[in-house]
Amino acid sequence: MTGAGPAETMSAQADDTRVKRRSGLDRLGAILAAIAAAGLAFQPFSLFRANRIVAAKPVGILSALPPLEAWLLVAVVVAACAVLLLRTPPALRLVVSALTLAVLAVAVGRSGMFLTPSSNTYARVAPGGAFWIVAFAFSIALADASVRLKMSPLARLALLAFTGGALWMLLWSGAWDSLSILREYTNRADVFWREARVHLLLAIGSLAGAAVVGIPLGILCFRVQPIRATLLNSLNILQTIPSMALFGLLIAPLAWVAAHVPGASAVGIAGIGIAPAFVALFAYSLLPMVSNTVAGLESVPPQVRDAARGMGMTARQRFFEVDMPLAFPVILTGIRIVLVQNLGLAVLAGLIGGGGFGTFVFQGISQTATDLVLLGALPTVALAFAAAIVLDALVEIANPTPNRSAAA
Amino acid sequence: MIEIREITKAYDGLRAVDEVSMTIKSGEIVAVVGTSGSGKTTLLRMINRLVEPTSGAILIDGRDNRDLPGHELRRAIGYAIQGYGLFPHRTVAENIATVPKLLGWDRKRIDARVDELLALFHLEPAQFRARMPHELSGGQQQRIGVARALAAEPAVLLMDEPFGALDPIIRGKAQDDLIDIQRRFATTIVLVTHGIEEAIRLGDRIAVMDKGKLLQFATPAEIIAHPATDFVAELVGSDERAFRMLSLTPVSDLMEPGEAPGAPIDASASLKDALSEALWSGRRALPVLRDGAIVGRVTRDSLISRAGRPQ
Repeated sequence: MTGAGPAETMSAQADDTRVKRRSGLDRLGAILAAIAAAGLAFQPFSLFRANRIVAAKPVGILSALPPLEAWLLVAVVVAACAVLLLRTPPALRLVVSALTLAVLAVAVGRSGMFLTPSSNTYARVAPGGAFWIVAFAFSIALADASVRLKMSPLARLALLAFTGGALWMLLWSGAWDSLSILREYTNRADVFWREARVHLLLAIGSLAGAAVVGIPLGILCFRVQPIRATLLNSLNILQTIPSMALFGLLIAPLAWVAAHVPGASAVGIAGIGIAPAFVALFAYSLLPMVSNTVAGLESVPPQVRDAARGMGMTARQRFFEVDMPLAFPVILTGIRIVLVQNLGLAVLAGLIGGGGFGTFVFQGISQTATDLVLLGALPTVALAFAAAIVLDALVEIANPTPNRSAAA
Repeated sequence: MIEIREITKAYDGLRAVDEVSMTIKSGEIVAVVGTSGSGKTTLLRMINRLVEPTSGAILIDGRDNRDLPGHELRRAIGYAIQGYGLFPHRTVAENIATVPKLLGWDRKRIDARVDELLALFHLEPAQFRARMPHELSGGQQQRIGVARALAAEPAVLLMDEPFGALDPIIRGKAQDDLIDIQRRFATTIVLVTHGIEEAIRLGDRIAVMDKGKLLQFATPAEIIAHPATDFVAELVGSDERAFRMLSLTPVSDLMEPGEAPGAPIDASASLKDALSEALWSGRRALPVLRDGAIVGRVTRDSLISRAGRPQ
């Protein structure tokens, strides 16, 4: 504590002089502005297909929208690039990036309506390279600004909720209805939500299973030294089996279980389908759960344990009131790792008939229908991204000592 | 009273504590001093049974310390350690309330005790109650550690290098605080330290340990004047012992009637401080001040004669 004051003032002064000495350009902002400008200038804003599987025809920004709107969009992006390029306050950069993304989102919807000939149900309009590149650049700028603002965990959660709300508004208002991804969605609305539920069940269910088994295993590993090396090494080996191979390896034993254990097939156990996907995800989740539980318990300072014992806490009280609360942030970090990993890995369940968003991805690949691939991929990415933000915030809230870094 | 009877702790046949016997009187401060590996911490931890002895017994107020389950015994004995071991996920008030809560005190009594202890350690209760340990300086953490150990008003307080991590000035203040509090509550304190300076300053009696054996258990004056073994003599340090001897006695003991020129010295200051001041200012005598009035003087010659080995 003592001495922190002067040190802070000194670094603040150092920051000040650095700001004055350097030119008015922001280094990351300059790169992002260049990427966005190049994307807008050299890439098509939209892709037009006469039907869903033929090759796409690129459409430049000036032909993708009515002239006035096209120039307005160019003006907005150029102005926003200027804000990124110069040294501007992080709050301004955050607002400008968010607004630009919003304008871009509306514009791509308008382009879909503008390019689709009326009453033509076969033609497809998809966002082109310019849209993706500009969206990427400003998403990075948004993330960078939120880091520079040193936002509190609650503020980050609020920003996430706001973004989710804005996205939902766009979808609900019908502004994107003429885009190809939503055309694919409209054709499969029922299936989409069913697969979404399966996807979440696979990712979160296997995480819950891994937590129920992995946390006690971690505690056991921490307490009984000889078990630790053996168990962690076995789980490490399990982790190195490629996911596709693991699915294949599980077919035979699970088919055997389904055939020989009474009632097994009745609850859905089979060589292919959801059961092997669930088992594989569970297996991959175990190592992070066990090793983070061990790391969390190891991070409890020995003096704290000694003091707890010396003051007359029983073994049970020490475990529940000292060890577990102090290990919790690190265990939660393990849950974060597993959840984000499982949301992505669950896509592979689509390959073995396990369902989930992977169903659309693999159908799309076999039909060379890019939009269908995106219908599976985009929600997966969004879910993983949101899960990471939510759990990172929770880890920070759970950590009583900000200086103690949570070991992963 | 703590009676330690031929206590031995062996690890794989190696004796960390080797047949140590000593009796600690109620309300005294005993400093156990020795090099690292001397067995002093093991001895301390056998009193509250964090370590179980291989043989021998420890009686606290006549009762064998194995009569109660370990955790119940420890709730009745204060325990403060180097590094303090504050619970990082709990506030200052919750940390201090640990043992009272284990003992099932009611909320009101706990809150009152927490505030009383914070005030006692010069920490404004309203300001510090809700702080987290990582928001405190080292000196403040140390005080909370001792306050927590004293929370349930234990008759015995065990301390293992409690001032080890503090800088010299803060350490001096913390030692003074401890002496004040010990006088106030008449707590029996067993304190482990590796510094003879600290042992002389705090201990009513000093136990010197080496290689698991208790070499000498006596008052500081006795230890300085008549070290039992070469090891004790070396620990006390021959080049410092005259001054160490002077540091044990207050000026009031050597005061005589009369006057002296210059700035006065307080009656409660040590003879070492008085001699140092007399030498530095080149005076043959110093006036002695008590409660704001000059009550006598102390002469340089009498100070010097007091610095020699007692006969």
